[in-house]
Amino acid sequence: MHPGIFEQPETFTGRYHQMKIEGRVWKFGDDVDTDLIIPARYCNTSDGAQLARHVFADSRPDFAGTVSAGDVVVAGRNFGCGSSREHAPLALKEAGIRAVIARSFARIFYRNAFNIGLPLLESGEAVDRIRDGEEISVDLSTGKIEDRTNHQTFRTDPVPDFMRELIRTGGLVDHVKRNKLKKKTVRRSR
Amino acid sequence: MAMTITEKILAAHSGRKSVSPGDLVEVRVDLAFAHDFTAPLAIQVFEETGAEKVFNRNRIALVADHFVPNKDIASAQQAKRMREFARKHRIRHYYEVGEAGIGHVILPEKGLVVPGMVVIGADSHTCAYGALGAFSTGVGSTDLGAVMATGEIWLKVPPTIRLEYTGKRRRWVTGKDLILYTIGRIGVEGALYSTMEFAGPVVRDLPMYQRFAMTNMAVEAGAKNGIMEPDEKTLAWMKGRSGLKPRVFRGDPDAACAKVIPIDVNAIEPQVAFPSSPANDRPLSAVGKVPLDQVFIGSCTNGWLEDLRDAARILKGKKAARGLRLIVIPGSPWILKEAVKEGILETFLEAGAVIGPPCCGPCLGGHMGVLAEGERALATTNRNFVGRMGHPKSEVYLSNPYVAAASAVMGRIAGPDEL
Repeated sequence: MHPGIFEQPETFTGRYHQMKIEGRVWKFGDDVDTDLIIPARYCNTSDGAQLARHVFADSRPDFAGTVSAGDVVVAGRNFGCGSSREHAPLALKEAGIRAVIARSFARIFYRNAFNIGLPLLESGEAVDRIRDGEEISVDLSTGKIEDRTNHQTFRTDPVPDFMRELIRTGGLVDHVKRNKLKKKTVRRSR
Repeated sequence: MAMTITEKILAAHSGRKSVSPGDLVEVRVDLAFAHDFTAPLAIQVFEETGAEKVFNRNRIALVADHFVPNKDIASAQQAKRMREFARKHRIRHYYEVGEAGIGHVILPEKGLVVPGMVVIGADSHTCAYGALGAFSTGVGSTDLGAVMATGEIWLKVPPTIRLEYTGKRRRWVTGKDLILYTIGRIGVEGALYSTMEFAGPVVRDLPMYQRFAMTNMAVEAGAKNGIMEPDEKTLAWMKGRSGLKPRVFRGDPDAACAKVIPIDVNAIEPQVAFPSSPANDRPLSAVGKVPLDQVFIGSCTNGWLEDLRDAARILKGKKAARGLRLIVIPGSPWILKEAVKEGILETFLEAGAVIGPPCCGPCLGGHMGVLAEGERALATTNRNFVGRMGHPKSEVYLSNPYVAAASAVMGRIAGPDEL
């Protein structure tokens, strides 16, 4: 049994009420950039629900209307490259995507996703074998990925300690509240 | 312990004697930056943390540069949110339309960034300030909101990839061409999570505006930051610009680098990145016949006064090809004023160009030159992914200002030597 990757959060922030994810696979290739995930022309809003309507507007127009809560994006190398826009992981999450599995992630996207509570998993073997449209289940507490259509299971690479900590505490905002501002000292501006 | 320039800056800002690649450090931020596109989300996060005051109202810069002058009601609402936040928290460095230019141009221009600083910006091209020997990197809105509340950020110390440029640059070859060539060679993931340290006599030889173009695009190779050690040119550029005290860090000669990549520039021609990746790079002689609908000269990569001078040199006395839209956007109000004084603006107008207010414009497909289906543009910007500048079935090519200017005249991608 693969050692626990994601532990049940201590405080129930509501972000991880689903440790087990089940849904459909949306498969993409390499170098999926954030302009592709959410074109800039739609980023004149911070409203997640509005952003969700335009996810992958330019590359998979069927996505936004068909995606369901629990679905998973599976992609190749360097997922989320390009612009730092947080609208990208936010739109994915608001559209119902509960995890992204890729061969590798771009740096800023990686941080952004964990900061807002969208778990990212790296697994080359899963990406090799899983295909678009298949049914998948992901257990965040064990790191097990199961392709339910073909009955194959895969393991993810371990998530770095600090990222796990972020997920455990419910994301960056909770982390800041607990560790940085808990003394409630009003920082004076110099 | 021997450290690179990046490691030294991070050690100094995290209260450590030394750091190594892979270390997780909590770093004191000298300057935090956001713009109208990323600030609203960051403000939301700041408010969610419950912080009552920003960590330091003198160390935050908020710039209206992306969808301004506001392109629609939604963008106006976003800009208003940023403006009201700036007012409420008495943010010293808030730049409104009229005073604002492209963030990555005006922040160095106005002396807000000096060597040795740590700059965190809610924009991927924040890495540009590394040209001044600062540690500078892009983050998302949540990270920026947390920085505004705490003045700190956790970072993983990146390994350094040192790129050493030697040889002699050919005519018309600029820092933009060197970085395009480099990304073409190492790929969009070639420097993933690493520092790109640009070194060698060729880099020393580059004027500041061309150094900014190089560090600006480090993110396109996946880098955490791009950096150059400060030298006499850096300090000369900084002279009189800032009230802040620079700290000049230099890497130890025996510091370990993850990789050293020597690049001989003798054979490098002006570069053109083809659709749809900055890494899809070709030398000018291999471009073939590519007719264009639009040429855009500007952006945080090539919107400096000297970039406009370079383009004007090629365009002087000439006209943009019939049916080709030439758009020129100076990077800042100061640059625009100087361009007027120097007669550069007149050259562009005589050539049939449209001049935009200092802002990001069409770079990200926002406004001021969005492309229709099937259209092709050549731009002095930094990214050409699918749909970047408009319709998903439009194409964007990237180049330096000399090539952009020559292409505008010819109506197809061309170099100055063809004129």
